[in-house]
Amino acid sequence: MGGSRKISYCKAINEALIQEMERDPRVFTYGIGVPDHKRIFGSTDGLVERFGPERCFDTPLSEDAMTGFGLGAAINGLRPIHVHMRVDFMLLAMNQLANMVSSYRYASAGELSVPMVIRAIIGRGWGQSFQHSKTMHSCFAHIPGLRVVMPTTPAEAKGMLIASIREDSPVIFIEHRWLYYAEDEVPEEPFTLPLEKAAVLRPGKDITIVATSWMNIEALEAADILNKRHGVSAEIVNARAIAPLDDGVIVDSARKTGHCIVADNDWLHCGFSAEIAARVSEKCFGSLKSPVSRIGFAPAPCPCTRPLENCFYPSAVNIIKTAEKTLKLKEADLSEEVFYSYEHKFKGPF
Amino acid sequence: MDKLNLELYKKLYLVRRAEEEIIKCYFDDEMKTPMHMSMGEEAIAVGICHALKDDDQVFGTYRSHAIYLAKTGDVEDFFAEIYGKDTALLKGKGGSMHLCSPDNGFMGSSAIVASAIPVAVGAAFANKMAGNGRIVTVFFGDGAIDEGVFWESLNAACLWKLPVIFVCEDNELAVHTPKSLRHGYRSISSIVADFNCRVFKEESTDVETIYRLAEKAIGAVRGSGGPCFLDLRYYRYLEHVGVSEDFKSGYRSREEFEKWRKKDPVEQQRKKLIKKRIKEEELDKIEDGIAERLINSMKAAQSAPFPGAGEIEKEVL
Ligand SMILES: Cc1ncc(C[n+]2csc(CCOP(=O)(O)OP(=O)(O)O)c2C)c(N)n1
Ligand SMILES: [Mg+2]
Repeated sequence: MGGSRKISYCKAINEALIQEMERDPRVFTYGIGVPDHKRIFGSTDGLVERFGPERCFDTPLSEDAMTGFGLGAAINGLRPIHVHMRVDFMLLAMNQLANMVSSYRYASAGELSVPMVIRAIIGRGWGQSFQHSKTMHSCFAHIPGLRVVMPTTPAEAKGMLIASIREDSPVIFIEHRWLYYAEDEVPEEPFTLPLEKAAVLRPGKDITIVATSWMNIEALEAADILNKRHGVSAEIVNARAIAPLDDGVIVDSARKTGHCIVADNDWLHCGFSAEIAARVSEKCFGSLKSPVSRIGFAPAPCPCTRPLENCFYPSAVNIIKTAEKTLKLKEADLSEEVFYSYEHKFKGPF
Repeated sequence: MDKLNLELYKKLYLVRRAEEEIIKCYFDDEMKTPMHMSMGEEAIAVGICHALKDDDQVFGTYRSHAIYLAKTGDVEDFFAEIYGKDTALLKGKGGSMHLCSPDNGFMGSSAIVASAIPVAVGAAFANKMAGNGRIVTVFFGDGAIDEGVFWESLNAACLWKLPVIFVCEDNELAVHTPKSLRHGYRSISSIVADFNCRVFKEESTDVETIYRLAEKAIGAVRGSGGPCFLDLRYYRYLEHVGVSEDFKSGYRSREEFEKWRKKDPVEQQRKKLIKKRIKEEELDKIEDGIAERLINSMKAAQSAPFPGAGEIEKEVL
C-alpha cells in the first residue's frame, strides 16, 4: 500500500477531491470561481482538466438557488460539492440550508437522502473586515439535519473530506484560510476519518484546551510556552467535529486534567464554546477543579484596521493568560515570544 | 468657458489621481485593506454623482472609491479610513470595502454582492414617505444581477413606484467569470424594460454623455416617481482585487484593454477641454492643486494615530 508524504492542507483537499471524483462519477464540484485560474486558492486545481466542465463548473452569483440546485441533484442520485470562497456568502443560502437541505430526509421518511458537501472557507486578517471574517459553525450546528466539521490538520482535511463526500447526509465542511499553508504527513491512498469525533492533538495531563480550527494552532503555541515557562503539560483536544458531536474524547480529557479551557474560532455568546462548556460541566462535574473558561472573538463585528483586528481575534496569548489564571500561576513575561500573525503564518508540521 | 465640462474633469482627475496615489503606496503595506479599484469606471461614477444633488443618496459596493470621492467631495476621511486611523469617521473599522459618509449622502457600501440593492429601495421608500424629494442611487456590478435579491428589489421598486435609480456598472466580469458563463439571456436592458421602469443603456466613456443621461434619468424619476435602470458598460483596468494588472493570467487580453484605453474617460475629457480652448497650463495648475490636496491628506492619514483598543466594542449597539 502507498505511503505518506508531507503535503499542505490545500493540497490535501485537492487530492481528496481528485481521488473521490475519480472513484465516483456521481461526484461533481461547482461554485463561484471554482474553475477560474485562481482555483479557490488552489484547492480545485486540475479538476476541470481531468473531469471536464460537466463535473467542475462555475455558477452565476446565486448562492441560494445553487444550494437548492445541489439539493435537487443530490436527491436524484448525484453527489454535489458546492464551494464558497467565504462562509459569509453562504449566508445567502440560509433558507435552502435551514428550511430545505436540513430536513429533506426527514420530510421523505428517509426515502430521499442528501449526499451533499458544502465547502466554506473562513478567513481572517489583513483588513477582511466584518463581511469576510465570520465562522458561523455554531449557527449551522444549531440546525438538526446538518453535519458540520472543521478539520485542522492536512490529514484531517483529506480524511474528513473523503468521509464527507461518501456520507449520505449533508456536510458543511469549514476550512480556515490560514491553515492552507500548513504541511504535514498525509497518506497517499484515499482514507476516511470519523465525522463526529474530536481528537487529541497534543497529549498532556494538567489542563485541557478544547480548540476549533485555527485555534488549535494558537493552542499548540500556548502549550509549548506553558510547558517552557511553567512546566505545565496541556492537553489539546481538537474539536474537528462540530455537529453532531460525540463528546467522549473531550469529556475524558477534562475528567483527567480537571481544568478545561475552550478556545473557539468564533464569538462566544450562544456559541459552540458554550455547548462544550455545558457538556463538560454536566459530565465532569465532580472531577473539575476549576470552572470551564472560554476564549473567542470580541463581541463586535470584525474591524478592518490592524490594531483593532488584533484585539478582535484571540491568540495564544489569551490562552496562556487564561491557563495561568485557571492554574493560579504567576503571569509569565511574553515579550520575547513570537506569535503567529497574517505575515508570520504557521507552516507545520503538527 | 465650458464650466460643466471643467467641473466634471476636476472630479475625474481627483478620482483617478487618488487611485494612482494608492497604487504608489500600497506595497508599503500600511493600507491593510483589500482594494477593489475603480480605474476605468470614472465617467460613470462622476457623471451620475455630479448630476445628483448633495442631499440625494448613494449606495455602493466594495468597489466604491470612485463613487465615494465623486459624491462626497471628501478626500481626508477617505485616506484616513483606508489607513485605518482614528481620525476617520469609521476609525478604520470599515476600510476600503466599507466606505460611509451619511452627511454627504454616501449611505454605505457592502462587500456582499447585491446586498445594498434592497436597502436602497427601502431608503427610497422612506424618502417618498417623507416627501423630501431625494433620489436614491444604487451602484452594483453585472454580477449582482445574478442574485435573486436584485430581481426581488427591482420588482418591489417598480410595484411601489419608488424614487430609486439602479445603476448596473457592467464590466462583463464577476471576478474572472465572464457574463457568457453566467447569464442565460441576451439583454438585461430588454428584460428590465418589461418592468414598470425606464431603462437607459450606454457604452460611452464620455463623462458628459453619462451626465446628460443621468439628468434624464433623474428627471424621469422626479416626474413619474418610479425607478430607472441604467445599464452602463465600462472596462475594469486592474485585477478584481489588488492594484496590479492581470492580463497575463489568461482570462482576458491586453488588446481589449488597449482598445478601451484609447477612450480613457480621464484623458478623453482632458482632450475635450483643450479642444474647447482651455489652456493646458491652466489644466496643469488645476491638476497640481488636486494632487496637492490628495498627497497632503494621504500624509496626514499616514501620520494620524490608530484607534485605541477600547474602540472595538463601541457602536456595536
Ligand atoms: C453574495 C456574494 N457572493 C460572492 C461574493 C464574492 N465576490 C466578490 S465580488 C464578486 C464579483 C462581483 O461582480 P460584479 O457584481 O460584476 O462587480 P465587479 O466586481 O465587476 O465590480 C464576487 C463573486 C460576494 N462578495 N458576495
Ligand atoms: Mg462586473
